[in-house]
Amino acid sequence: MTTNLRSESIAPDDAVHTGPRVGVLALQGDFREHAHVLGRLGAHVSLVRRPEELDAVDGLVIPGGESSVMDKLSRTFGLAEPLKEAIAGGMPVYGTCAGLIMLADTLLDAIAGQQSLGGLDVVVRRNAFGSQNQSFETDLEVPALGEPPVHAVFIRGPVVESVGPAATPLASLADGRVVAVEQGNLLGTSFHPEITGEYRFHEYFLAKVAARVTR
Amino acid sequence: MTESSVPAPVGTSLTGSSRVKRGLAEMLKGGVIMDVVTAEQARIAEDAGAVAVMALERVPADIRAQGGVARMSDPDLIEAIIAEVSIPVMAKARIGHFVEAQVLQALDVDYIDESEVLSPADYVNHIDKWAFNTPFVCGATNLGEALRRINEGAAMIRSKGEAGTGDVSEATKHIRKISSEINQLKSMTRDELYVAAKELQAPYELVLEVAETGKLPVVLFVAGGVATPADAAMMMQLGADGVFVGSGIFKSGNPEARAAAVVKATTFYDDPSVIADVSRGLGEAMVGINVGDLAAPHRLAERGW
Repeated sequence: MTTNLRSESIAPDDAVHTGPRVGVLALQGDFREHAHVLGRLGAHVSLVRRPEELDAVDGLVIPGGESSVMDKLSRTFGLAEPLKEAIAGGMPVYGTCAGLIMLADTLLDAIAGQQSLGGLDVVVRRNAFGSQNQSFETDLEVPALGEPPVHAVFIRGPVVESVGPAATPLASLADGRVVAVEQGNLLGTSFHPEITGEYRFHEYFLAKVAARVTR
Repeated sequence: MTESSVPAPVGTSLTGSSRVKRGLAEMLKGGVIMDVVTAEQARIAEDAGAVAVMALERVPADIRAQGGVARMSDPDLIEAIIAEVSIPVMAKARIGHFVEAQVLQALDVDYIDESEVLSPADYVNHIDKWAFNTPFVCGATNLGEALRRINEGAAMIRSKGEAGTGDVSEATKHIRKISSEINQLKSMTRDELYVAAKELQAPYELVLEVAETGKLPVVLFVAGGVATPADAAMMMQLGADGVFVGSGIFKSGNPEARAAAVVKATTFYDDPSVIADVSRGLGEAMVGINVGDLAAPHRLAERGW
């Protein structure tokens, strides 16, 4: 089988996999880019498409992609309920773009019947910037990560319209709209660190996984 | 290669950069993009789990059957489809028809397909895709053609296959050809790469990049003749990042069921038990045409250069 055409290898040869076991939800989207970053940071990475694969990891990344497709497939293949249980049980989960939508308690502008897994006490608006012509890249100050600013790419991205009392905003655009949030072991960004070589959000997430594993 | 991506200063934002254009294709990976000719079909596609829809006036099977010049769709139709769904909407412009592309950008489509399925408007030049804010996907039958399109600014490539046939053999041929040519580059020394660039008729810098990374610089989907869940899974096993399905869905007996089945088979492309399950009871597949029975002048894949 030839898989060499695809964009990123799952397990880079030069990484040492001594870190925690981290899964990437691989129903659709840029899961290989996340797997690559996590592998480079030393995590033991696997792709998750089935409930038993979720049982084998200590943390999970939900990638960028089309949230309505991830929602449908996760419910059709019996993954949605185990994912909700894992989130409720305290598993660290990081969602980018579609992943943030999946983690939001409340959605705006979802397709008919679309559900989220929930966990983050936020209201998230899907496609908040409009069409692809409005997709953009910019630099963001993220105090939790320090300097330099994060170079963030927004691809038909969502925004956090309101942040409930349980969640904490981590970054905002110049106009004040929130684009990164945290709540306990959950982390969500409207943008895609996995495609810009920005590793600090993944390090921040892996620290949550490590803290939970060693506890 | 002209690289339009430059770092943006803090507080300002940049649209239409290579990273932003290629980024949307990255997010479509592992998904199915479906041809639709009405808002109702777009709704069915979104409900079935399409990652995007391709708006066009006639599906390739009808263009083939009816003949005549095939052009960009009516703006009213494209706007109706954009209004109907919230997933990305792509639309086709004729090869070289930069004004159709300007119109599609003005209509705010998410991706423009400079497509051999429509009648070419220019038999020499393709569109200068760097001049647009909206990203482009282009067809290719081999690596050299893919790299020429990327050099012109394409942010995504789809192998062409033979659209409107329901015969997957050309799609197989093109993805295997691109894969094999990439593998050959990987084993070459630097001095051999100069000759390879000449033979591929592609810029040396792009040839070197492919040789070093072992992949195209942009996402590669497969198109042209995919009609069943197993077809889609086979393309994924051959290394595709995702699948376009044109006539295969809405020319079949049960479009809703077939569309959902192709989506599931694309995600679980390496699990024959899932592919078997989703392939049951789908009704009739599109009747199709064997590519071997098509006279050479009627082969769409030979358009584009």
